[in-house]
Amino acid sequence: MSSPELAIDGTAVVARKVKKNKASRHKKMSPMSYVFLAIVAFASFFPFYWMFVVASSTSDVIAQSPPSVVPGDNFWNEVKAVFEVVPFGRNMLNTLIVCLSVAAAQVFFSSIAGFAFAKLQFRGKKALILFIIGTMMLPSQLGLVPMFLLLSKLNWIDELKALIVPALVTAFGVFWMRQVIDAQIPNELLEAASIDGASIPRIYRSMIVPAILPSAFVLGLFSFLASWNDYLMPLLVLQSPEKFTLQVAISQLNTKAYGMDYNIVMAGSFMATAPLLILFVFVGRRLVTGVMDGAVKG
Amino acid sequence: MTPDSAQSPKGRRGTRVSKSTNPWKSSNHNSNSAKKSENRWSQLFISPFFVMFIIFGFLPIAYSVYLAFFRWEPLDSSQNFVGLENFRNLWNDPIFWQSTRNTFSIWFFSTIPQMALALGLASILRNPRLRFRLLWQTIFLVPNITSVVAVAVVFGQLFGRDYGLINYVLQFFGVGNIDWQEQTLASHVAIATMITWRWVGYNSLIFLASMNAIPNDLYESASLDGANRMQQFRYVTLPQLRNTITFMLIVGTIGGLQVFAEPATFGGNLSGGSAGQFSTLTLYLFRNVQEYTAYGYAAAIGIGITVIVLIISAINFALTRRIASEDAKK
Repeated sequence: MSSPELAIDGTAVVARKVKKNKASRHKKMSPMSYVFLAIVAFASFFPFYWMFVVASSTSDVIAQSPPSVVPGDNFWNEVKAVFEVVPFGRNMLNTLIVCLSVAAAQVFFSSIAGFAFAKLQFRGKKALILFIIGTMMLPSQLGLVPMFLLLSKLNWIDELKALIVPALVTAFGVFWMRQVIDAQIPNELLEAASIDGASIPRIYRSMIVPAILPSAFVLGLFSFLASWNDYLMPLLVLQSPEKFTLQVAISQLNTKAYGMDYNIVMAGSFMATAPLLILFVFVGRRLVTGVMDGAVKG
Repeated sequence: MTPDSAQSPKGRRGTRVSKSTNPWKSSNHNSNSAKKSENRWSQLFISPFFVMFIIFGFLPIAYSVYLAFFRWEPLDSSQNFVGLENFRNLWNDPIFWQSTRNTFSIWFFSTIPQMALALGLASILRNPRLRFRLLWQTIFLVPNITSVVAVAVVFGQLFGRDYGLINYVLQFFGVGNIDWQEQTLASHVAIATMITWRWVGYNSLIFLASMNAIPNDLYESASLDGANRMQQFRYVTLPQLRNTITFMLIVGTIGGLQVFAEPATFGGNLSGGSAGQFSTLTLYLFRNVQEYTAYGYAAAIGIGITVIVLIISAINFALTRRIASEDAKK
């Protein structure tokens, strides 16, 4: 995302200089720093490991003291049990449908709006972008009850579209895309295109889209993860087990198995988390740069 | 994406609403009809957001305010105007205030360690001599991407009274079995731990991005003045991060007031513990919708939460402005 930008305005040179200065300022890394990093890294991973330990053990192993800290061999039995209690495959499919639709829609709608706010001139632009930022401050619970009533009026209760449609475009996405397009597309490029007589949709398609693809991908990931992990809305609008998303399905497991069998809850949780972990192996670095690029600086 | 590009000080471009860039169309090519078409396309491009906001944002909020003045009987769907009764009841509702206290307590126990740990991590991560920087950053982001409910389930088990790993470890330090569910303070700490675990890495990346944007000459002149590492941190880094910290406090407060999945999963139901000891505001609102179907009252709770958010944001702004002006005086 950053490389084209660096190439354009020559920041790369500056960056290298600054780096050198920094290196001379910092003498060396103390071993304690690495110990601290290692402890945090361990703490970051341990709950996942623990999830698997409990998911693969029988309940009597978990109840012993000291607790066992190595995985058992009961994982597949617990997985089978999960499928017996909740329609897990169906829940996974529902989650994927919601997440992919929301991510695709957010990328598209945010990028056209972000393009308009970053590069086009129109009346009321400044006031409207400030308004959009303002809406981010509103807590979502404020409209929760009427939202529920509205969705019931539309007959969308217990339908996946009740989760998809309200999330098609968000203030965060629009604002983020505006920042990205503002920073990554030089005006000279657009000027040249408009002298050549390119129309606005054409400029969007052939110049904006290719340039912002990496950032768009990060925004898509953010929305994908956010709707994967959303719990409040699905719990509010979904009622039948075949319509549940993963989060609601796990919480069902948790309620049903409460006090009797933690292993099955953990197996369900592990299965709902594993896809994200696998995804993260491939996109983790991108997310890191995405988070840092979106940070409020200074 | 190389570590170098992640580290490069691109902060100049800022992420505050950057100044409207100079128009990229030179005026002689900007005929009247072209201007009109630009206006039209812009309106088309931004309209999805505003249409969706009106339907799923503004209307529900407006209706919420309206609803809060009614008693709503879902069974015969009759609505009786009751004026301020919902708000009066809210004011006198001990569970509402208990939930407010719990929410703030959980917020406190999660925000302070979160900020401290994230700052510590970020100042290590920014050292150019650090090896495997991107790998560390990536690992620290893992907790942030995972299912909230799954995380709450694991932590619920780790915080178990009889067989929980945490109590097992604590006994070596002479701490007796803590009932993380039943004791008010302990349950807040347990829930705050889940939140802290989830957000420390993410926040450290935000801090790191802001630290990278601090001009290096500030450190140079500070070290010329004889400031050591700690003093540099106190007198250069922290003041430079003021905006970031304010921003994170506001976002954290809004997020903190919405804490829901963790207490709901920790208790396994909407009551927030046997005596509501870890019921939060959003949990209580949700309970009023689902269990009591008290829609008017739930709407009033939503307004109460919003008022609290606004008050906190105002206090935050006022405090930072005050600190800023005091810094300017020095």
